[in-house]
Amino acid sequence: MKIPFNLIKKHSAELFANAENCHLLCISKYFLMSNPAQSLETLHDIKRMMERSSRFISLSGWSGIAAGGCALVGAGLAHQRIVHYYQTEYQVVPGAIKELKLDLILIAGLTFVAAFVLAIFFTWVKSKKEGVAIWGATARRLMWNTFLPLAAGGFLIWHLIENNVYGIVAPACLIFYGLALVNGSKYTMGEVRWLGYGELILGITNLWFPGKGIIFWSLGFGLLHIIYGFAMWWKYDRVSVSDDNLQGVKAD
Amino acid sequence: MKNPIEQLNKVFDSRIRLGIMSALIMNNRSNFNDLKELIQVTDGNLASHMKTLEEAGYIQVEKGFIGRKTNTTYAITTSGKKAFKSHLDALEKMIRSID
Repeated sequence: MKIPFNLIKKHSAELFANAENCHLLCISKYFLMSNPAQSLETLHDIKRMMERSSRFISLSGWSGIAAGGCALVGAGLAHQRIVHYYQTEYQVVPGAIKELKLDLILIAGLTFVAAFVLAIFFTWVKSKKEGVAIWGATARRLMWNTFLPLAAGGFLIWHLIENNVYGIVAPACLIFYGLALVNGSKYTMGEVRWLGYGELILGITNLWFPGKGIIFWSLGFGLLHIIYGFAMWWKYDRVSVSDDNLQGVKAD
Repeated sequence: MKNPIEQLNKVFDSRIRLGIMSALIMNNRSNFNDLKELIQVTDGNLASHMKTLEEAGYIQVEKGFIGRKTNTTYAITTSGKKAFKSHLDALEKMIRSID
């Protein structure tokens, strides 16, 4: 189904900004769908409804920022733990590597849970504000399509850790997360795709810098999330106030 | 030139029916409650618009059960897709007519 969105974009400004056409818009209520401004508004409605029915749009920018913050804290803790291991335990305390492994998995798990809970929380707040149910067909589809690549990657990483192949754990995390985002972007805000591309590039680059996992990890899960979250907040959440004003003007 | 207004489909005059069609074209199948929430109308209102669309042959209704609760699902028909598409084309022509 092709909708002339470029056309909508092109004419929106001139139709709505122009005072003469505003007049036209008001009169149009009495001649149902009999002029271009009315058609344009109808197309806008159709586009909005198509998006609402197929995409999960309550994802908040704050979710990204919070997840990024958690990732940075987690990476910091992990870094400290690794430094501690090499400074005091390495080749001194037998079996310390096992403890390090467990601690790192624990830190990663807690980071994931914290990021996930915060992301859900901010999305819940946003959906509440917009009066959209958080759990529905769109949310279900989004979940399934992001969790599938994540679960597959999770098994691979589990297997890598079991076999003491640590060099590609961080790249694998980033790559599978990137794939999950690209896949999920079809069912939520399209911009998620760009975040996914970023994670993929970082993950693939990381393959050639095996010792620098934690840096790439913080860049990918920390910095990229924060940048993405801020961009989304800037684009959507911040605008919602002025959007209301616009509707007020139109109603006049 | 033919007047594009004549090509606009009377069935799609209603915003609610237009909303239903927009939602159905993006989903293979939707159930009554999802549509109700999406379009934010009352049960009776949605049902009557659904009836109109069904009578026009644009949507296909399937009544089923989930446990004991009724679960009515809707899908767009081929002729529904066609009608919606030409309605969109007509709208597009209206916008182009100001060029």
